[in-house]
Amino acid sequence: MIVKPNPSLGVPIYLQLMEQVKHAIETGALRAGEQLPGIRPLAEDLVINVNTVAKAYRELEREGIIELRHGAGAFVTGAALKARGADKFRAAQTLVETTIEKLRARGLSDEEIRRLFEAELAGLKRGGGQGG
Amino acid sequence: MADENVIEIANLSKSYDGVDAVAGLNLTVPRGAICGLLGRNGAGKTTTIKVLLGMVRPTSGSARVFGLAADDPRASVEIRRRASFVSDDKDLYDALTVDEIIRFTAAFYPRWNDDLADEYLERFALPEGRPAKKLSRGMRTKLALLLALSSGTELLILDEPTAGLDPAVTDEVLKALVAHAARGDVTVFMSSHQLADIEQIADRVAIIDRGRAVLNGELDEIRASYRRVRVVFDGDAPDVALRSAGVIRSQRNGRVLTVLSSAGADGIRAEVAPLEPVSVDELPVTLKDIFLETVVGEG
Repeated sequence: MIVKPNPSLGVPIYLQLMEQVKHAIETGALRAGEQLPGIRPLAEDLVINVNTVAKAYRELEREGIIELRHGAGAFVTGAALKARGADKFRAAQTLVETTIEKLRARGLSDEEIRRLFEAELAGLKRGGGQGG
Repeated sequence: MADENVIEIANLSKSYDGVDAVAGLNLTVPRGAICGLLGRNGAGKTTTIKVLLGMVRPTSGSARVFGLAADDPRASVEIRRRASFVSDDKDLYDALTVDEIIRFTAAFYPRWNDDLADEYLERFALPEGRPAKKLSRGMRTKLALLLALSSGTELLILDEPTAGLDPAVTDEVLKALVAHAARGDVTVFMSSHQLADIEQIADRVAIIDRGRAVLNGELDEIRASYRRVRVVFDGDAPDVALRSAGVIRSQRNGRVLTVLSSAGADGIRAEVAPLEPVSVDELPVTLKDIFLETVVGEG
């Protein structure tokens, strides 16, 4: 469910992990009450630093997305899905798909499209606005 | 002692025959970190490691490990009991077999962990009866790592652990390091030229160049704050000296001004706005980019 983060993306790895968990919740791959992998096994599995995984879980807990139960592990909270809105997300997914199709139709390569998205996102972030 | 930093190097210098190998180095490694030590050949990485292990005496400045002075002979014995070292040539007793080397090494470490040694022996598929001199490079590395990981030490110092290994063995080594660090109170300090390896498993990085640290910090912070900002103008890019915080280097090429920044792009955007650029965009920077930009090219 959680795949190897890209270390050279210019996005902190703990943020990438957080996004992956949120994405899994939005797509329904992870549901309320379900358990996330343990911090150590996940670090070993992804071959990344355990401190980084711990930080991602800590931040997810702070945002109310997951809940750490003493001795039992990390679980998706009931509030997680409401917090993000699955419908809104699916609508956005469609929008992205059509946009990409249009750009391809104009002859842009996927690499060029990816760069455009990345540059645009990096630029948007500076305002602190997340738009959602 | 609440030694938050396992390694603390302050203003360290070491010269050999008047040539500075290390020149005013400042570097800290907090407990529990996996810290990558990067630098070109001759940048001072190995000398730094040797100072930490008491194999070389500093010319000036100080190096402390577990809060103990590395150049004090008595403290150094204590340091070497609590830290294990894997040298780049994977120095082993060549005449002994794998099994003999393990038993021999175990005798020197009071907190040696037999279970762990057995676990790695199996995991690394090392041939117990084979003499060390007949081991492949990958096997030598794995044996050296087994010894370091099983020794029960709090600090692992590795000099180029993955140099010359094939990708499969490299992956095994990285996995073992990550898993070991995840077991708890262990700090890893490893020099490497393999930027991708460091980028993957380290949470901190130190880049040294000509004996000084040019960067020492958390990798995720570096990922978040380093940006390459590309400003495009209508005509030739103006010859301006940017004053924004974090500007490491800027370069004009025709209509494009490219700036490497260690503090995001906000300041630069604001600063170039009055020059009416056609566009400003920012791109992520990899560790390799940062490395190439911060170490000085051969003069």
